[in-house]
Order: sequence, then structure tokens, then C-alpha cells
Amino acid sequence: MSLSAALKSGDVTLLPGKRDEDWKWTDLRGLLRVLPATAPALDLAGLAEGPFDALADQRHVVAGGHENVAIDVPAGSERAVALRVLSRDGGALAGKVTINVGPGAKLRLLESYEGDASAYVTDTAIIFVLEAGAAVERVVLAADGAEGVNVSQAQVTLSPGSEYSQTVITNGARRQRIETQVTHPGAEAKLRLDGLYLLEDKRHADLTTVVLHQGVDGATDQFTRGVVRDQARGIFQGRIVVEEGADRTEARMRHNALILSDKAEIDAKPELLIFADDVQCAHGNTIGALDEEALFYMRQRGLPEAEARALLIEAFVGAVADRIGFEPVRDIARAWAADRLRA
Amino acid sequence: MLHIENLRAEVDGKEILKGLSLDVPAGEVHAIMGPNGAGKSTLSYVLTGRSGYDVTGGTATLDGEDLLALDPSERAAKGVFLSFQYPLEIPGVPALTFIRTSMNAQRKARGEAEITAPAFLKLAREHAAALKIDFEMLKRALNVGFSGGEKKRMEIFQMAMLAPRFLILDETDSGLDIDALKIVSEGVNAMRSPDRGMLVITHYQRLLDYIKPDKVHVLAGGRIAATGGPDLALELEREGYDKYARAA
Repeated sequence: MSLSAALKSGDVTLLPGKRDEDWKWTDLRGLLRVLPATAPALDLAGLAEGPFDALADQRHVVAGGHENVAIDVPAGSERAVALRVLSRDGGALAGKVTINVGPGAKLRLLESYEGDASAYVTDTAIIFVLEAGAAVERVVLAADGAEGVNVSQAQVTLSPGSEYSQTVITNGARRQRIETQVTHPGAEAKLRLDGLYLLEDKRHADLTTVVLHQGVDGATDQFTRGVVRDQARGIFQGRIVVEEGADRTEARMRHNALILSDKAEIDAKPELLIFADDVQCAHGNTIGALDEEALFYMRQRGLPEAEARALLIEAFVGAVADRIGFEPVRDIARAWAADRLRA
Repeated sequence: MLHIENLRAEVDGKEILKGLSLDVPAGEVHAIMGPNGAGKSTLSYVLTGRSGYDVTGGTATLDGEDLLALDPSERAAKGVFLSFQYPLEIPGVPALTFIRTSMNAQRKARGEAEITAPAFLKLAREHAAALKIDFEMLKRALNVGFSGGEKKRMEIFQMAMLAPRFLILDETDSGLDIDALKIVSEGVNAMRSPDRGMLVITHYQRLLDYIKPDKVHVLAGGRIAATGGPDLALELEREGYDKYARAA
């Protein structure tokens, strides 16, 4: 069951839905009665700049007529790549991106999902392979339209001594899922998986991650925060599996969310499945409203209520953005989040 | 300065203040003492406009202006400052950022220009030094992970920075050791001035050895049960609140 299989065959019964445990909160089968026609080829000439183009030395686009992208970073080299996935005109798009990062190479991948106001359906599969000692920092800015359906699934394979850091920032879509699956060999490889969702109206965002720790001496640090208002729905599914023998694994998972209206919803499923003996693993999950006592304290010092709320929420959200390593990207992420919060 | 007349207030439908009247003229420091549950903290919250503290009668004015009609932030801009018994943690907001944002919000509400960054930092360095606060601490999220004593010191620091016209200190001595109590009291005393009033709420007389009040009031049963000079505090320390609690 997958969106890509359904798009390929046109068979809606292949869509994942409520009956699939991992998709029960992001039901595509119940949502899509028919699949749209394949998106026509997009003319890339005269395309406006993407959010990260100025920071990249290579630019790639996934769009109608441009479904496949391959990014290769040779051993020992460094690249900053902007990858844009453009969803337009109510079309169906099935994109495929393969990324190889050679031994000791470094990739900064700045990825954006840019959807228009139409009822498009987009599926993107991204395959990352990191060779020994390779490093990837991936920042995803998902700016979908309110009527769009967007699924992005990344499969990441780490090698010994490699390092993969990811920050996903999204304001959701009609249905949106951004999924990351990581095969972690241990062996001093380091993984950071962060996420931030800021949802309003009837938007939906699903951040799902699965990490398989397969060897000794691996580290995973996961930090996701969300803010939902109106009738929006945020979903966090995080699973870390520490397989037998993957001793001395250090894994940390945190998810904190703020619900700012009675009709908004958060569904969270943090899972640590540990089959090794000697591990340090922890997870924390909190969902709540803004601290009214803190708000009163701030107002007593002279901050009008709206300003006090905004300051607390921006600080809450900023904690995730602060972990982005490269400052210009961090600034873009912070500004984008601030715009969504003030909207 | 502060004029309270026949003030009545309830919390969760239960009347806590039952016709409290009090005058604190400019330039004076008044202490409010009383047994637990007498309504001391309720008075501080009613004056600052905390939700859940409903005024059912009476008035409270600052220099003739009705405080009770104003939003908490408007009262702050008028110069009312409450030093909290339990200061709140503000995650992710550095102390200096918080104070500067508050200061500028107050200035904006009063139609004044914002403070410049250099002027703000100069002021912050001066007051931090006087209160023996490590400047690095001011770059950390306000009160997050601070000890009880550090939080109280931070309240006095904010008070010094914001320079309010009327100060309410709610159990400022709780959680302070003697050294910290001295520093905090010196900070408060430095703010005494002919155009500023203070209300010092405390359960124990100890704080009043350091911050000398002009008048002492006993709050019991939701009213001012007695008023006297500094000697009254000593008498309460000796004899307890029993006779006032019974009379109420």
C-alpha cells in the first residue's frame, strides 16, 4: 500500500488508509476517491527563485516532466544543493530523487516543497546513501497549498562514522506526510532528526520517523515541536528500534506540542523498541496549552496579551530552529516560522 | 498615591477580600502582615488584574486613576509592579530580551520612545552589578533553572530596570538566606523615593528589619484589622495573629 503504487497504476485501492497501522491518522484511501491526471511538463525557464536558491551551488527541480533527480557528491567534496518539489495545477506528480554522498563528502541539502492552491497529489521518494564519514545536513521547508496532498518519504542509509542531521519545517496541507526512515549501523554514526509543524485552519501534517539501530555505538537525537490552532491536526510518529546487539546506543526522542484551540488535535506515538541490553534511551512527550501563569507574569511586566503569547510561542518554536547548523538557513527557517505564527 | 476603598473580591465564588480599605501615600512604605489565608496574595493579584480574581465591589485607584478597569499590561504601564512570591519561568526568552521587550511595551503604551540598545545595556550592567547578578545569567532564559534566591533577585533587578511608580512585594523574603536578603533589601531600599509608594506583603517580621516600613497593617479576614507603626510588626512577632484571626 503506497501512494506511489496508486499513482503508477491509477488504482485508488492501493492507497494507504485507516487500516494500515502506520497510516491510521493520515488516511489517503478515505480522502481520495479518484486520482488526478499526471501533471503536465512544467517549463523551467523563467521559474521564480526558490527559498534556498541563493544559498546553493547546485539547483534541482522535481515537477511535471522532471520526475527524476540524481545528486552525487564525490568523495571528499562539498556541495550545497537546493532541491525544489513543485506541485501545480491539480496534477499528480511522482518524483524520485537519489542522493549519494561519497566517503568523507559533505552535502547541505536545502529542500522545499512548493504547492499552489490547487488539489494536487504529489509523492516524492528520496533515497540517501551516506558512505563512511560522509555528512549531510538536510533542511526541509514544506510550503504546501491548503488543498494539496503531499507525501514525501526518505530512506536514509548511514555508514560508519557518517553524520546525518535533518530539520523539517512545515505548515501542513490538506493531507501531508513527511516520513524519514533511517538504517543506522551504529559505529559512531550520528543522527539528528528534528521537526517543526505550525498548523492552522484545517491543515494536516504528519511527521513520521523510523530509525533502526543495527550496531554498537550509535547515537540518535530527535526533537520535534508543533503548534496547532483552529481545526488543524498534527501527527508525530517516532519509532526507534535498537536491535539485539546494538549495545551502547544513545537515543533521545522529544516531542512537545502546543494546542491553541479546542478543535485542534495532536496525535502522538513515540515508540522506543529496545532489544539490546546496554543502551541509554529516553523519550519525552508533552502536549498542552500555553502556560496561563507565565502569560499573566509577562503581562504584569507590561507586555500586551497578544505580544506575550507571540513571544512565548516564538521561543517555543525557536528551540528547534536553533539546532540548524548553518546560520543563513536558520535565519530563513526562523523568519518563515515567524510569518506563519503572525498570520 | 494608592487608594483602596471597601474592596471586595472573590476567587471561585468564595469571598476573600471583604471590604478592604487602605491608603499608601507617595514616598511611604507600608507593610501588610497577616496569617496564611488572610488574603494577602489575593490583594496583590486583584491590584495587578490576574484573571480568576473577581472584584465584586469597591475601588482601587493610583493617583486618582481607576486601576480595576485596566488590563494587566496597562496597569504595568501606569507603573504598578508586582514582585511575585513565585516568579515564573519563561522558557526560551533570555532575561535581557524579556526585560527590554517589556520596557519598550510600557514605553509605547505611555507614548514614549523606545530605549536604545546601548542605553539599555548600560542600565542593565549598572543594576546587575548593584544586585551582584552575573551578567552572563541575564543572557539565559528568564528564571529557567534559577534557584529560589536567584529568581527573587531577578524580580528586584526587573523592578530596578523598569523603575515603576508603585511597588508591591509579595513575600519577597521567602526562600532567601541572610546574605541574599540583605542584597535584595538594599535593592528595594535604593528605590525608595518621595514620588514612589510601596506595599510590602510579608508573613514574618524579619524582612521589616531590612526594609523599614512607615506603617504596618494587619490583614485578617479579608479586611485591615489593625494599623500601627513599625512597633506593630514586633508585637505580631511576639504575640502572633491569633487575636486578629479570632476577631475576624
